[in-house]
Amino acid sequence: MSDALSIVVVETDRDRALLIVDSLRDAGAFDVHVISEPTGLARKILARQPDVVLIDLESPSRDTLEELALASGPLDRPVAMFVDRDNEGLTDAAIEAGVSAYVVDGLQRQRVKPILDAAIARFRMFQRMRTELAETKRALEERKVIDRAKGMLMKARGVDEDEAYALLRKTAMDQGRRVAEVAQALVTAAGLLS
Amino acid sequence: MRAATLSVGFIPLVDAAPLIVAQDMGYAAEEGISLDLRRAASWSSLRDMLNFGRVDAAQMLSPMPIAGALGLGGAGPTMSVVSVLSMNGQVVGVSNALAARLRDAGHDFAFDDARLAGEALIRVSPEPLRIGVPFPFSMHAELLYYWLSALGLPAPQGVEIRTVPPPLMADAMEAGEIDAFCVGEPWGSQAIETGVGTLLLPGRAIWEFSPEKVLAVRNDWAEAEEAMLGRLIRAVWRAGRWLAEPGSHILAAEMLSRSPYLDLPAEIIERALTGRMVITPQGDERRVPRFIEFHGGAATFPWRSQAQWIGRQLAARTGLDRDAAARAAARVFRSDLHRAALAPTRADLPGASSKIEGAMGQQTAVASGAGHLILGPDRFFDGKVFDPGHD
Repeated sequence: MSDALSIVVVETDRDRALLIVDSLRDAGAFDVHVISEPTGLARKILARQPDVVLIDLESPSRDTLEELALASGPLDRPVAMFVDRDNEGLTDAAIEAGVSAYVVDGLQRQRVKPILDAAIARFRMFQRMRTELAETKRALEERKVIDRAKGMLMKARGVDEDEAYALLRKTAMDQGRRVAEVAQALVTAAGLLS
Repeated sequence: MRAATLSVGFIPLVDAAPLIVAQDMGYAAEEGISLDLRRAASWSSLRDMLNFGRVDAAQMLSPMPIAGALGLGGAGPTMSVVSVLSMNGQVVGVSNALAARLRDAGHDFAFDDARLAGEALIRVSPEPLRIGVPFPFSMHAELLYYWLSALGLPAPQGVEIRTVPPPLMADAMEAGEIDAFCVGEPWGSQAIETGVGTLLLPGRAIWEFSPEKVLAVRNDWAEAEEAMLGRLIRAVWRAGRWLAEPGSHILAAEMLSRSPYLDLPAEIIERALTGRMVITPQGDERRVPRFIEFHGGAATFPWRSQAQWIGRQLAARTGLDRDAAARAAARVFRSDLHRAALAPTRADLPGASSKIEGAMGQQTAVASGAGHLILGPDRFFDGKVFDPGHD
């Protein structure tokens, strides 16, 4: 039997799962297995008897792991959410990054640390990507609304595009609001009046 | 002056309504606070958010803070339950296969008799009966254990109660992992919409007045932020009072249906609020008065006796000392903080902090601050009572 720690990663997104596995392999010689299908999760984890389970804090399946953590049959290996008692704030950092780890009872802290460090770094990256994606989406939507508002002004007041935008910008400045907000208000009002 | 912001964690459920209404209907603003409502994906994440100070307060399943105080399910700082957010509101549902067997055996799906429904279920169900609940420490699990063991089904041999996150409940049912479920709304109605099952009972048919969700804070926060806590309790209490008015149901359903909250059609959410439950995919309707209660009968009052009942049930199942567990549980439900916070309002609160649970078959007038508070009914389906004694 090899003494490499066995890790189960619960992750439904295939690309994300691959990235997590890669960074864990870089961090050490671990036996990593991915579970991507949440149905029957408890059964699948019990069958593998891992030392560590990593799961996204945003995954509803976490509550199933809580139950596993309570299982106390003679053959069950007690696992618990990893909570560090030292002041390094590893658990806090993990929660901030959006990952949680369940660790088998009695596993030494220094053996868990490299796994958590790698997972935390990876999940921080996911969080940045998620924020960037949301920002891009919002910017695109705002641009669409501003374009519609400009079109309405051009038609209603017979002005060209630059003038329509200048009008939106001036109104926004006068009211201390953002151009996108003024445009949204115009589009909403026009929708109600038509 | 800018309103002080409190961050409050919630799970997208119908019974998060008092928190959402407190913010969106301006009850928080009336108290000079603003609630930053943070949606969580699981109960364990919500508990961690509260434990690690990422939120000031959180909606919780009533047994969660008690389990914490008993050292079950991981260590963490001590929690205080400062208000009950909702009473009742659970549903028990069965798979299509089990519903068909119940019908063949002559069960009428009257949706109001826990004894008849339970006896029929035990007769026709596979062994062991596998039931999904949202969390190991939940009123859902407690109601099931109480109901089925009172009817003679031995736990854990005859019944397997498993944690299945409600969004995955329909899949688990289809995959044959569970035969039945006990969940909070809107998940019961969602299961009907997706056609995976039939509703068998509302939670209140098992216990007429069970504390379902609570508002919890860390003890140290409650002590350090007494004034803030008072504002929060009052805002949420007023939201519950508004929610209990029949005229509020349509607007409340619309409010909850929006995407930062439940992100579901208002029509599905309205069922729980109005007590008009659709129990089959074919659209059969059952009327359940007080299906969920946010205000009436001193619903928000955290009775120490409720905590003791939960503590004893948890202890019995996990092999802990029952008297010690009841004492530890009673300290978690802070009737003192609730009463102190509501003193400046017109809220009429009970004079006692503990009562015999299950003793009121009818609405009953009891001693209160203003002298005429109506409580009950609060019976258990088997007619037993729970006397907390002097724990």
